[in-house]
Amino acid sequence: MAHDSLLELLNICKEYYGNQVLKNVSLSVHKGEIHGLVGENGAGKSTLMNILFGMPVIHQTGGYEGKIFLEEKPVYFQNPAQAMESGIGMVHQEFMLIPGFNVAENIKLNRERTRANWASKVFGQKLKTIDTQKNRQDARKALDRLGMSFDETAPVGGLPVGYMQFIEVAREIDKENTRVVVFDEPTAVLTESEAEKFLLIAQKLAGEGMGVLFISHRLDEITQICDRITVLRDGEVVASLKRHEATVEKIAELMVGRKVSRIAAETKITTVKKPVLELHNLFVEMPGERVRDLSIDVLQGEILGIGGLAGHGKIGIANGIMGMSPARGAVLKDGKSLPLGDTMLMLKEGMAFVSEDRRGVGLLWDESIEQNIVAAAIQSQNKFLKKILPFIALEDRATIKQHTLKMIEELDIRCLGPHQPVRRLSGGNQQKVCIARAITLLPDILFVSEPTRGIDIGAKRIVLELLLKLNRELGVTIVMISSELAELRSICDRIAIIYQGRLEGILAPTAADLEFGLMMAGEYEHREATQA
Amino acid sequence: MKDRLNQIMDNIGLPRLIIASLLVLFCAAAVLVKLPVSMVASDVLVRFGMNAVLVLALIPAIKAGTGLNLALPLGIMCGLVGAVVAIENKYSGLSSFLFALAVSIPLAIVIGYLYGLVLNKIKGQEMIVGTYVGFSIVSGMCIFWLLAPFKNPEMVWAYGGTGLRNTILLHSSFDKILNGFLSFNLGQIMVPTGLLLFLALLSFAVWLFGKTRSGLAMQTAGSNPRFAQSCGISIEKMRILGTVLSTVIACIGILAYSQSYGFLQLYQGPLMMAFPAAAAILIGGATPRKATITHVIVGTFLFQSLLVVAPPVINVIVEGSFSEIFRGIISNGVILYALTTVSRRGE
Repeated sequence: MAHDSLLELLNICKEYYGNQVLKNVSLSVHKGEIHGLVGENGAGKSTLMNILFGMPVIHQTGGYEGKIFLEEKPVYFQNPAQAMESGIGMVHQEFMLIPGFNVAENIKLNRERTRANWASKVFGQKLKTIDTQKNRQDARKALDRLGMSFDETAPVGGLPVGYMQFIEVAREIDKENTRVVVFDEPTAVLTESEAEKFLLIAQKLAGEGMGVLFISHRLDEITQICDRITVLRDGEVVASLKRHEATVEKIAELMVGRKVSRIAAETKITTVKKPVLELHNLFVEMPGERVRDLSIDVLQGEILGIGGLAGHGKIGIANGIMGMSPARGAVLKDGKSLPLGDTMLMLKEGMAFVSEDRRGVGLLWDESIEQNIVAAAIQSQNKFLKKILPFIALEDRATIKQHTLKMIEELDIRCLGPHQPVRRLSGGNQQKVCIARAITLLPDILFVSEPTRGIDIGAKRIVLELLLKLNRELGVTIVMISSELAELRSICDRIAIIYQGRLEGILAPTAADLEFGLMMAGEYEHREATQA
Repeated sequence: MKDRLNQIMDNIGLPRLIIASLLVLFCAAAVLVKLPVSMVASDVLVRFGMNAVLVLALIPAIKAGTGLNLALPLGIMCGLVGAVVAIENKYSGLSSFLFALAVSIPLAIVIGYLYGLVLNKIKGQEMIVGTYVGFSIVSGMCIFWLLAPFKNPEMVWAYGGTGLRNTILLHSSFDKILNGFLSFNLGQIMVPTGLLLFLALLSFAVWLFGKTRSGLAMQTAGSNPRFAQSCGISIEKMRILGTVLSTVIACIGILAYSQSYGFLQLYQGPLMMAFPAAAAILIGGATPRKATITHVIVGTFLFQSLLVVAPPVINVIVEGSFSEIFRGIISNGVILYALTTVSRRGE
């Protein structure tokens, strides 16, 4: 089969600042083949594509190891333009179209057909006249190949989202030398019928002899159209399957399968517990993490994990409840209904939040550890203040210092003292400051969002143990939101999986990899229904 | 060694370093051209005291996160209105000063609140909008000065009898009311005790406010709005609070300034007043995002000293009046420098 190999990646390795993100990744795309690439967030798919296209971020961080062959000739792309010239096309997840231009202009952008005129003869190529007629004909041809009937002279701005994806494809196939097309989650924004049409197009392109590299989170699509499937996990190829070997279950299991080391000794028995927080039909408008009609109960004294793939809304939940993003729906704490959008009220009701955005939301970057820890308590609970005159209360330096020192000791924050600016601390210690700030409020319910993002492995374990200790010893109910399933499974009592802004299901931390995989891919309910 | 030098440089800051070395240079030159030291020293003390309150007015705005309040003329106008109302009603001495304060502070609160509402609509553009709000209010008030029905012959134009004069003498009202209080001579140097005490009192009040819950909330909102939001602080309210305080202090500042100067300057007088104040606090080491009382004191002292010492020295070398040009170069240069560093720090 080697004779018709279009694109081959061989033993690709990549490190970011000493962190190995790709280990000996090899895959190949043949002529007329659709090759599926799947993996969790952070498995290394984007890095692999960045390498393939010679993105600047790769060269700035020390390049990569391994080889890329295009039609059996070794290539090394310095920039995306080179990759495109060589015949690799990319259809992006986010559209790269100019709304004010019409369809044909977008398709032919920067590759317009031109005519010579007197000015171009004198001043050079840049001043040639654009041949609108020919451009339209080319665009028409490309759209016809895709079986699209819409008008090539319509401005892109007013078209439905689905069409934009097709225009992107048309642009790629209009390039005469395009031999390999990469689709990066092309159906994520499409409706079901549009997605079906899209799959047909991918198959049509393959039928014409192109190679298609298809990245998707929708496993049913992958098993439906791909000839071969490569599964990435933690930067390694864990499996390479042929179509007849692949099932949705098998892929799901391969994607998430990971040795789970459980930190918590036992899960709590939660059958008799009453809900401490009830969410009914919650909607949150957080860009990129929208929550759509979510209902779930948080039980007294548990650690509830919330997982799911990036962009499906798990991050939006805590931000919506705490008033950081616009939200609607009903939130009941201890049976009492609370209005959404009022951060101060939520803090006063005994809820605290450790944000996923440490630098942007979690910390006063240039201020001292001390100030970071007490700021929220001063504002929402009037703590750490002392009266000097009937109407004037000043911050109480002595108790602030005392409290900070206690926190530094209890949470083992490695620092030069309470006055050190937090920006000088390591990621793990910054995270501890964020947690210290939250527990200074003595909350009943603590939301922790991506608590171990961007901190090293040793610190991760410490942070997780700390959360466990807060729960088991102080009885704080914890809602932990994380993209890392392994981390959720290490301390949570129950794990809720969010798919497209809704609750897909709740699993025990000991549930099989397969079930987690299915839920994260949104296949669980569907599967249950067909089995029943 | 090199690292430590760099760190020391960073701590002092480029503008402060340049101005301080210039000052040393001019002081040496002043001694060479035999400028009377006592006169220079008295001048420095007075000009420091009278300008420092206006500089102090910038602090609440910076802390609340609205940057350098270049719309200081808003507060200045309130102060001037208070002063002319006091004179119109024939108050004199301390009572005229207090009456002017009593009229102008409530006015400044209202104006500051309204301006705060405007600033909340144009986040990120505060300094450029502030500059033009300042210019506009000065022009707008020219109409008021001309048309307002004031009758006191001390203030209205001698001919015609309507409209206020360009400069109004304060002899009969609060001229040197602060400067004169408990003032004494130290050798040949006149110390304006009352003025300095007044400044100390206001500085203390501003410092004290910074330690209260509201003060801390304001600072938090200024240094990281998202963090503040997550603490339950209303950013919009804090920005309004900062703007109101800044406007009120500016209105007190112009009264302190005028009593020392001996005149009220109406019409185009306040047009450029925000810029030397902004320059002073920046020279003191503040940035449009971070400022302390120390920055105010050090900056005003350096800047005003330089403005006292430099012109006579330069006039020995070059013919003609150089002081205005000199002030323009320094204040605009320093502000320009600060604005270029805003974007760098913003990253």
